Amino acid sequence: MDAKAAASITPEVVAEHGLAPEEYQRLLEILGRPPSLTELGIFSVMWSEHCSYKSSRVWLSQLPTKGPQVIQGPGENAGVVDLGDGDAVVFKMESHNHPSFIEPYQGAATGVGGIMRDVFTMGARPVANLNALRFGDPSHPKTRHLLAGVVAGIGGYGNCTGVPTVGGETNFDPGYNGNILVNAMCVGLAKADKIFYSAAKGVGLPVVYVGSKTGRDGIHGATMASAEFDDKSAEKRPTVQVGDPFTEKLLIEACLELMASDAIVAIQDMGAAGLTSSTSEMADKGGVGIELDLDRVPQRELNMTAYEMMLSESQERMLMILKPGREAEAEAIFRKWGLDFAVIGHTTDTGRMIVKHKGAVEADLPVATLANSAPRYERPWMPTSPPKVILPEWVPAPNSILGTLKTMMSGPHLASRRWVWEQYDHTVMGDTMQQPGGDAAVVRVHGTNKGIAATCDVTPRYVLADPVMGTKQAVVETWRNLIAVGADPLAITDNMNFGNPERPEIMGQFVGAVQGMKEACAALKYPVVSGNVSLYNETNGVAIPPTPAIGGVGLVPDLAHMADIVLEAEGNLLVVIGRESGHLGQSLYQLTATGKVEGAPPPVDLADEIKAGNLVRTLIRETKVSAVHDVSDGGLLVAVAEMALAGNVGVQLFPYEGKLPAHAAWFGEDQGRYVVEASPELAEEIIERARLLALPARVVGKIGGDALSLRGETALPIADLRTAHESWFPHYMGTT
Amino acid sequence: MKSAVVVFPGSNCDRDVKVALEKVTGGPVRMVWHAETAMPATDLIVLPGGFAYGDYLRTGAMAAHSPIMRDVVAKAKSGIPVLGICNGFQVLCEAGLLPGVLMRNASLKFVCRDVLLKIEQTGTPFTSCFQQGEVIRLSVAHGDGNYFADRATLEALEADGRVVFRYVDKAGQATPEANPNGAQHNIAGICDAQRRVLGLMPHPERLFEPMLGGTDGRRIFESVLATLH
Repeated sequence: MDAKAAASITPEVVAEHGLAPEEYQRLLEILGRPPSLTELGIFSVMWSEHCSYKSSRVWLSQLPTKGPQVIQGPGENAGVVDLGDGDAVVFKMESHNHPSFIEPYQGAATGVGGIMRDVFTMGARPVANLNALRFGDPSHPKTRHLLAGVVAGIGGYGNCTGVPTVGGETNFDPGYNGNILVNAMCVGLAKADKIFYSAAKGVGLPVVYVGSKTGRDGIHGATMASAEFDDKSAEKRPTVQVGDPFTEKLLIEACLELMASDAIVAIQDMGAAGLTSSTSEMADKGGVGIELDLDRVPQRELNMTAYEMMLSESQERMLMILKPGREAEAEAIFRKWGLDFAVIGHTTDTGRMIVKHKGAVEADLPVATLANSAPRYERPWMPTSPPKVILPEWVPAPNSILGTLKTMMSGPHLASRRWVWEQYDHTVMGDTMQQPGGDAAVVRVHGTNKGIAATCDVTPRYVLADPVMGTKQAVVETWRNLIAVGADPLAITDNMNFGNPERPEIMGQFVGAVQGMKEACAALKYPVVSGNVSLYNETNGVAIPPTPAIGGVGLVPDLAHMADIVLEAEGNLLVVIGRESGHLGQSLYQLTATGKVEGAPPPVDLADEIKAGNLVRTLIRETKVSAVHDVSDGGLLVAVAEMALAGNVGVQLFPYEGKLPAHAAWFGEDQGRYVVEASPELAEEIIERARLLALPARVVGKIGGDALSLRGETALPIADLRTAHESWFPHYMGTT
Repeated sequence: MKSAVVVFPGSNCDRDVKVALEKVTGGPVRMVWHAETAMPATDLIVLPGGFAYGDYLRTGAMAAHSPIMRDVVAKAKSGIPVLGICNGFQVLCEAGLLPGVLMRNASLKFVCRDVLLKIEQTGTPFTSCFQQGEVIRLSVAHGDGNYFADRATLEALEADGRVVFRYVDKAGQATPEANPNGAQHNIAGICDAQRRVLGLMPHPERLFEPMLGGTDGRRIFESVLATLH
């Protein structure tokens, strides 16, 4: 390397690249010389938290990732799970938090684009998008703007690509005032024997660049995503990439068309850290070297340097390794779709990544070291002390149960999300079997009678109070939501959103979350097949509530036996199945009644979960229940109200006569419960079958009329409840 | 009955409508790439929904100049029924086969929901299986469905009975609340003077079988089949 260039690597330059002084020392030892600026840039992104998982890897390796259904676990672009009959489902969830806070429309849009590429690069056609969104307090001055931009961005991108956005969640909490979360999940469908991987096996093979041209956008995006925010964060706007969903759509079609042949050896999208991470990871996995000629990279801007090209995060680009001699056939497909196609290098047997530009060698690095030498930190951590359990009677009773229900259903936490999901095309592809608003989305496996069920869940206030229990709850809630539509839960993807891991209490939250996830996944035989970690979600030293968003995927073996939350027949009974303890700590009722949440979150009993889940799934398959809903946020009465709204029919509620305070029975957030609709005869059978499993079950109401009614209270007409439930969001967003 | 579906770069309901046509008509469905210059022999041409050319410049504007469109216009003039769904409707307007334009939704937001439509005109190949004045349910999914034409054009459309579908409420009234996009006169679909070219914003292919939650869309394809036989 040129000595003058090396001299330009001052401690300030190293710090600007997000490398700690000891990390730079390590780089010097690896190379045995000072790096060029391009090499420093390459190492800095590969060693960023975002790309290297340096703080989290030690813990993530403890998660259960195997099972007879798993075709590919973590470590590839996305996880792959067997659906039987030669079909496989490919899925992953990924965050785009930092860019979405800075530029909500493009940040969210490119998050959707990135996760779709992770899925179709595996050979799968994306068939469903979901998202998990967290915003600050509704009264915070930025919340409206961020929400409007994120929703428009997700819709703008997903709608154009023709992939239905079928589900997700949108929450508000002051803890996200300075850092919103945008977690996008994509589910794709592939043939189990036609999965594509990223290992560039073979020497002398062409390295092919396809998709959009490279520009200067998104340089250092991965580094930004690995740092905290401060008051100057808006200045980072230039590091947010700009998406082009039209090109993404063409890229999907072109890649899938080429994948129908056998020309591809390996393929990977250029996501975070663009050309750098795709080339080094593919070469490393294949055990080869790689030589790139940057003069051949399609460029959108003039006079780009090697540094800029290697670090650009321009969107809608893929890197492929082709079989020799297949270039012309591949090029014809990409040209037909109007996309760039360029052979930019070849694989070698040297084990080195050599980057040439304008006749000069700009980087010459050992591939294996580059891909695997990132520091691994066992950061100090402090467990979260378990909060005390709040007894039901400590939380005051309301004047009116139904009045409180209406208040809760018309507030930001439980109000209808129609304003959000009507901006997403959720019916394109003609396989959407359940509209948003139910427990889990269901899309048909095209051309068959099977369905893929998918859901995203986590209740951050539970995780903040107790990371182990709260994360266990997030996993079982996804499992329950899949059961509630009649699916066999298969596997999960996780998106771990936390604050600064260098603080022991934050690292303690992370460690607790991994522990909770591990226990739940192991007990439910529900492995983790892909995931993403987003740390440093802090602004001015204030961290977000720990948010391990879980994306669950299941199989509905026969769509004739699918359940939804829509109440069907007057005269039928509603039965709640599962153990009741009236747990009000961390509940929405507690928040409504006292203005705050405190205490321990509801405990999860994994053995009970399995018993209740298996019973409900069996009842669905025996067609003994006509509607099913899991009990979650807001408790039993909210679940019943949501079913009544979906069915547009009233329910005569039976007064609670057990040992708990009535408000704890109606609003407690006890886990492991479902509400099912059944005829009076079958209701009796269901209660008996639950009893044989030592699970409590009782009748809570009878379907009929046009109101929710409860003895001693003014009836709540469904029409009034609907108006209250539907109006919060449009009113808040200023569109009524 | 043979059908042909034009595929533009960015079309994304091409497969959906192919599936619906195959299931309802039982006949072959040819997919025709936009760069081709001649339509195959066909009894029906469909321009599907999606985002041809990413909706860049203006919805449908670039697609209207795709090579295949010259022959689509010629075939339309020769009387072959042409159905433009959503983005296809926008392309038909830009290609001059239908009057008016589809502007940005009045809400400025994309909207995906079920809507009720009144059948205003049964004298087209696409609506012969409906009753005049019947209210049906279809889905819309668009950001630019706000139909606009100058007053003379609107009056002519109304006078000639070329407004085929109108957004209405349950009672069949064309109220502002029933209108998802701000379209003038609650117009959801119109036809040309010969009643052989139809454009509509709602997607009949999304509600054509019970598993999808509705079957009213099926009858649009059944109407074409019945007209041709």
